[in-house]
Amino acid sequence: MNDTWHYVGLLDEIPSLEGRVVKHDRLGDLALFRTSDDQLYAVEDRCPHRGGPLSAGMVHGRMVSCPLHGWRLDLATGEVQGPDHGCVTRYPVRVEENKIYLCLEPDHA
Amino acid sequence: MQESLIVVGNGMAALRTLEELTELAPDRYRITVYGTEPHAGYNRILLSSVLAGEKQLDQIITHPVTWYNERGIELKAGVSVTAIDRKTQRITDSLGNRVPYDKLLLATGSHPVILPLPGHTLPGVLPFRDAIDVERMLAAAQGGGQHAVVIGGGLLGLEAAMGLLKQGMEVTVVHLMGSLMERQLDADAAELLRCELEMRGLRFRLNAESAAILGEQQVTGLRLKSGEILPADLLVMAVGIRPNADLARSAGLVCNRGIVVDDHLSSSDPAIVAVGECVEHRGVVYGLVAPLYAQGKVLARHLAGVESPGCYEGSTVSTRLKVTGVDLCSAGEIHGEKEDEILIFTDPARRVYKKLIVHNERVRGMVLLGDTRDGPWYLELMQRQEPITPIREHILFGNAHLGDAGHGPAGVVHLSDDHEVCGCNGVKKGRILEAISRLGLTSVEEVRTHTKASGSCGSCTGVVEQLLAAALGGDYVSPVAKALCGCTQRTSDEVREAVREGQAMPVRAVMARLGWSTPDGCPACRQAIQYYLTVFHPASHQEERSARFVNERYHANIQKDGTYSVVPRIFGGITAAKELKMLADLVERFAIPEVKFTGGQRLTLLGIRREQLPAIWSELSSHGMVSGHAYGKAVRTVKTCVGSRWCRFGTQDSEALGVELEQKLWNCWTPHKVKLAVSGCPRNCAEATIKDIGVVGVESGWEIHVGGNGGIKVRVTDLLTKVATHEEVQEWSAAFLQLYRREARYLERTATWLDRVGIGFVREQLADPAMRLALASEFQKAHTEIEDPWQAGSKTESARHFAPLAIIGQQTEVAA
Ligand code: SRM
Ligand SMILES: Cc1cc2nc3c(=O)[nH]c(=O)nc-3n(C[C@H](O)[C@H](O)[C@H](O)COP(=O)(O)OP(=O)(O)OC[C@H]3O[C@@H](n4cnc5c(N)ncnc54)[C@H](O)[C@@H]3O)c2cc1C
Ligand code: SF4
Ligand code: FES
Repeated sequence: MNDTWHYVGLLDEIPSLEGRVVKHDRLGDLALFRTSDDQLYAVEDRCPHRGGPLSAGMVHGRMVSCPLHGWRLDLATGEVQGPDHGCVTRYPVRVEENKIYLCLEPDHA
Repeated sequence: MQESLIVVGNGMAALRTLEELTELAPDRYRITVYGTEPHAGYNRILLSSVLAGEKQLDQIITHPVTWYNERGIELKAGVSVTAIDRKTQRITDSLGNRVPYDKLLLATGSHPVILPLPGHTLPGVLPFRDAIDVERMLAAAQGGGQHAVVIGGGLLGLEAAMGLLKQGMEVTVVHLMGSLMERQLDADAAELLRCELEMRGLRFRLNAESAAILGEQQVTGLRLKSGEILPADLLVMAVGIRPNADLARSAGLVCNRGIVVDDHLSSSDPAIVAVGECVEHRGVVYGLVAPLYAQGKVLARHLAGVESPGCYEGSTVSTRLKVTGVDLCSAGEIHGEKEDEILIFTDPARRVYKKLIVHNERVRGMVLLGDTRDGPWYLELMQRQEPITPIREHILFGNAHLGDAGHGPAGVVHLSDDHEVCGCNGVKKGRILEAISRLGLTSVEEVRTHTKASGSCGSCTGVVEQLLAAALGGDYVSPVAKALCGCTQRTSDEVREAVREGQAMPVRAVMARLGWSTPDGCPACRQAIQYYLTVFHPASHQEERSARFVNERYHANIQKDGTYSVVPRIFGGITAAKELKMLADLVERFAIPEVKFTGGQRLTLLGIRREQLPAIWSELSSHGMVSGHAYGKAVRTVKTCVGSRWCRFGTQDSEALGVELEQKLWNCWTPHKVKLAVSGCPRNCAEATIKDIGVVGVESGWEIHVGGNGGIKVRVTDLLTKVATHEEVQEWSAAFLQLYRREARYLERTATWLDRVGIGFVREQLADPAMRLALASEFQKAHTEIEDPWQAGSKTESARHFAPLAIIGQQTEVAA
């Protein structure tokens, strides 16, 4: 089942303010981001604009800027920031004792 | 039932009327617009800017096809109306269709006057009226035409002449009168203007009558009555316009010089209205947009059937010359009659001339040259006919000065709410202030979007800025000093100075010290701060990956599909069999989808996946190849020609110098990318004169040119100096680069930087040998300590981060 938590790696393996990719054979690429206060967020690794790899973007605050044309997405809501529109699917992540667990059931909250 | 409205003419007056009409009564008419010109609506005024190369044609489109579609307006671009049958209320178009109308709007503009001189039909003889004329002029200038003659020293003629001059032609203006723009300028101002324009390179023949246009297949010259022959590859006639009332006249409408209309813009046939340059109202024909827009407004209200639509009662017009760097504005009476008093202020050093014509303590006219800031104020005094007695003593110093003297608030605050700030679009001061406060506008661009003010000819931009400043007080950041980004109030210059004076510290610490509103900034400021730290604290600043955009973080260019391109450095563009074999092997081994020669004489490997990058770097490094920095705000390529080693014309060894320069300057972060080229002789096959640093070999040594750009806006270099040896070229180039690195704003290319600070500043700094040496060695010191990013990158810990963190299969679960 998808709603189980998957161990994907250690917190230290994601540099602060960067993203890493988790590949899934059915869901495609997911991007994991680490903010400056060590919050983790996971979203699908496809910009709603033209499919840019968000995992290569710059993280700032709770936001990531897409590397292709600079759209900004709020990682907590998955929403693209104005004046553009769009959103990405989010996935729950939690960290326990430096270990990262990812849930593959989309977060709709 | 919708009534049908046919509009003849797709020009500025027609479109303004339709804008107003479709706002007031969107559904009242089924509208069809005929336009002889094959374009959607554009801003004719800005043709001068297109000719001057300041704008492209597609940038002056004001009404794209979507604008018509959204309003249900049918546009027949490229179709003319050829006849009107008033009895049956039908028009005939150039395709032969007969189409009925309930209302007909004529907005046919003017014809440019063509003097019937012998030869006036030769190719190369053009009016200056529409987009096609401008395209032809540009083609003539770019097709190698050297000499242009402009007949007519009025507003249009001078704008045409200055445009052609900017396009690189030698331009002579032939004017029948003894002084330029004689209808708008008095003799003194005209003389000052002539000097100003001559200094910029225009030539004049005043009091000169044209006799014949010369040429067989194509214009070759103009003969004057005096016998003088002026060579011409292009001849522009800008001798005036004549209202285009042809259609109206042949339909039997009452016409004089133009189509005669009443205060409601109605012609002698109640089903036909008219607007724009083609009409004559109370005996006056206008040739500027402000009055036409005022007409359009009244007419739209009539057509929309609103209550109390109002009357058009004529306009006071003011004229401005749109030549960048020459400020000129005039209105009303300009010479002064017997009973008039004339107030004059001149300041030859600042090249300022102001003249006001006053009658009975009221302003009747003005001529301003060199400083036109008070133009709107004087125009308002003229329109309101208020006595000037209380301010007479100071009036010539302008209303800014009045503020200082305690006579009232400064600047634009003094204008009444009714004052029309933007003449083109008829936007009043009150409307702008209302929009600023209601919508919380903070920039000229926003005001333009929401009110249209300054959106046409742009000459009121300064006034709009002053209004913003007055309305927002301390909150207004003038556009020259824009904040670096949304995270701070500080400008890029202020941040740079703070970093220069401060200690080395992490990017986040700089933000904290300078009171950033965000914890870790945004892509714009993070990169800028890191750049400034790199330049001013090269030894102690620790490179922060998170302050780099993906390209600079991965040392490769991200592509549209998320793959990367890798461009190894090939010094001077010279490679060898061994290197090529190695690259060929690499391409095969990694199954790299494409190899391409770039515009900068390098090879790019395209379509590389993120996880392949460290292995490719490592492979290239092990064969001695280093990063080409094609991805960075960094020194890119040094393009070379074959030079004296091979070329029969080569005077200098451009290959050798190119390789030496690239070896000396590479691996260095800069405010924006930096490109170089070295040509072996002035034939300049390496295109050095559009590079950031361009070196051209001459018999006695090398010319060093700087500040060129071949990209978005082409800028030709300025000559920095001439030197004899390779060592000197290296020293000057390093010193120039270091000056640029220290003084420019992040993301400012050398071209933009030089436009801002001037080549004079750079020459002055570098002319002093001590200063030059200091800069060159500062550059040297900073940059010899940096390792090749590929070599470094393939060895570090972070190379692992290019691979996925984890790969999750349906059943399996693998941690990387
Ligand atoms: C690869 C190359 C095209 C090619 O296949 O030939 C290229 C590719 C790109 N150019 Fe370029 N430019 C390339 C030569 C040029 C040239 C010609 C030259 O260098 O001699 C110019 C005009 C010269 C100049 O810069 O003055 C040029 C003017 C630009 C500009 C406009 C810069 C400007 O200041 O006006 C940009 C946009 C920018 O930098 O903001 C740009 C931006 C780009 C970017 C980086 C767009 C982007 O951000 O992704 C392209 C990256 C594609 C990639 O991944 O490789 N490219 N680009 C050329 C690489 C040259 C090299 O060997 O390093
Ligand atoms: C280079 C240049 C610079 C200028 N600078 C300024 C300036 O700085 N400030 C200023 O206030 N004014 C300026 N003007 C003047 C301004 O552009 C005109 O006053 C204004 O465009 C006139 O508007 P209009 O709608 O009356 O005529 P136009 O804009 O000329 O529109 C008339 C249109 O009707 C079309 N037409 C004519 N007959 C027919 C027919 N039978 N069937 C179909 N279509 C037809 C024509 O092709 C034309 O497109 C400038 C003009 C030029 C050429
Ligand atoms: S011109 Fe340059 S930026 Fe434009 S598509 Fe070609 S490579 Fe890309
Ligand atoms: S693909 Fe993300 S901004 Fe365009």
